[in-house]
Amino acid sequence: MPNKKLTEPQKEYQKLVKQKRPRVPVVRNFIASFMVGGLICVIGQIVMNYFMEGGFSQKEAIAPTLASMIFIGALLTGLRIYDEIGEFAGAGAAVPITGFSNTVVSAAMDFKREGFVLGMGSKMFLIAGPVLVFGILTGFVVAIIKVFLVG
Amino acid sequence: MLMQFQLKPRREEKIISYIWAFLIGGLICGLAQLVLDHTNLTPAHVLVGLTMLGAILTGLGLYQPIVDLAGAGAVVPVSGFGNAITTGMINEAKRLGWIGLFTGAFEFTGLGVTAAIIFGFIFAVLSVPKD
Repeated sequence: MPNKKLTEPQKEYQKLVKQKRPRVPVVRNFIASFMVGGLICVIGQIVMNYFMEGGFSQKEAIAPTLASMIFIGALLTGLRIYDEIGEFAGAGAAVPITGFSNTVVSAAMDFKREGFVLGMGSKMFLIAGPVLVFGILTGFVVAIIKVFLVG
Repeated sequence: MLMQFQLKPRREEKIISYIWAFLIGGLICGLAQLVLDHTNLTPAHVLVGLTMLGAILTGLGLYQPIVDLAGAGAVVPVSGFGNAITTGMINEAKRLGWIGLFTGAFEFTGLGVTAAIIFGFIFAVLSVPKD
């Protein structure tokens, strides 16, 4: 956070830091996220089409598709491949549900050393927890408005 | 077994579904990356925001058209998770009244959350700690 009352040398220093800090390769990051995120969704679509060929409607196919993607994400995390994909693709690996699975499994693996109950058990949802909490809170409000207020 | 007389998606339809899944799913991830690069938000904040966005768009009736178009491209990103939570709540609330608000959240997502816990446990047990 830039302080308002900076002395001259401090301002100079801040300028220098700004110059020397490596530029975020915004375009490269966008393309990498787009490609990898898109590819993961294509894999999801392949799985989804498979379930739909088995006779599921699109809506019914959603839950087993998500579970399959969660398994794929967990497997790649267990093999320590997913972290490398994440390093390359950023949000492209984090935003798909495989990334949700990655946060759960990698937290479980990392915190096992602190014990199964207080380590693995309590830290497993370190990042996935907030997603669940705020997803449910928002869904709750939206559903009340939609079903009971608007009708 | 399951009903077999439903028409199987044809080859071209499948290819088109892959293209839309790639474009929309990629776009959601790319936009999330732009937010990450241009703000001080952490990935956890962006994931939470995207989940909430998915839930709100669902309430406005705007998410289902994206799912119809892009299939897994809208279901697999975490915004689809918010959509699944909200859709479950709305469905159950219509069916059961206010109790449905409390039972609906995991109607579609319970499978995924349970899967994450089971797989997380299995891989944690199997994994050899990195030094």
